Amino acid sequence: MSDIAIPYMVKPHPVTGLPNGKLGIWLFLASEVMLFGALFSSYVLLRTGAESWPRGADELNVPLATVNTMVLIISSVTMVMSWASLKMKNLAKYRLYMGLTVLCAFIFLVIKYFEYTSKFHHNHFPSTSNFFGIYFTLTGLHGIHVIGGIIVNVYLLTAGTSLWHTDPEHFTNRVENAGLYWHFVDLVWIFLFPSLYLL
Amino acid sequence: MDAAGHDDIQHHVRVYVMVFIALACLTAVTVGVSYLHLGRAAAIGVALTIAGIKGGLVAGYFMHLVSERKVIYWVLSLTAVFFLFVLFLPLLTVNEAQ
Repeated sequence: MSDIAIPYMVKPHPVTGLPNGKLGIWLFLASEVMLFGALFSSYVLLRTGAESWPRGADELNVPLATVNTMVLIISSVTMVMSWASLKMKNLAKYRLYMGLTVLCAFIFLVIKYFEYTSKFHHNHFPSTSNFFGIYFTLTGLHGIHVIGGIIVNVYLLTAGTSLWHTDPEHFTNRVENAGLYWHFVDLVWIFLFPSLYLL
Repeated sequence: MDAAGHDDIQHHVRVYVMVFIALACLTAVTVGVSYLHLGRAAAIGVALTIAGIKGGLVAGYFMHLVSERKVIYWVLSLTAVFFLFVLFLPLLTVNEAQ
């Protein structure tokens, strides 16, 4: 069985013009758009239907969230730089940039932890109001995605790197696919930040 | 990788740095504008426009959508249609509420 390779993992499929893994990750991201889209629609419905709705900046910590926005943007740059390093056959630089990406992801979660605990200390829970309900749901789901990204990226930084020595093109494609997911996580935050914190 | 391919990636790297600077500036602008306390419609318009530009930069350059295969555009177009449907679905309940 081990001799049977999964087809079109490196070479593009003749029908789609893409390696199967890349098409797969884009289809997954399409489903993710619908998941976050449904929750975003719920947020709009809750907000427009409410008699009063607090201004995000009055309830949430804008400076911390701004720092977190920058942290995620930096992590997106380091992620794409890790892929570019592999394209330039530089594994040491790949390790550096991927390590920085994981570090930024942890910094994001630590800042989020401080935000959450501050809310809990002020007795603000998901059950407190519709505002905090949708805030914790959207940022919590996004946080779970950040954790998922950390797991994949740590694998690609450690055990997963062995593929580089046997099939570097395949490994580069894996990093690109992980990058597509990571950039999507950044993209979601780019919309969550103004919607929840600034408006 | 041959020399041409290496130069191509170097060009990509320069673009990534430019996109990063643009994203950082737009983040500062969107936070700055929020302190101006604009009217509700204007605030939503400015915030979502800036978020849209930032999202476009991330999708276009970091996710390489500017030079992607047609099949991806079709997948995303279909997703956009369904996303807009979900977003505006609550409008169908307006008459019932009245």
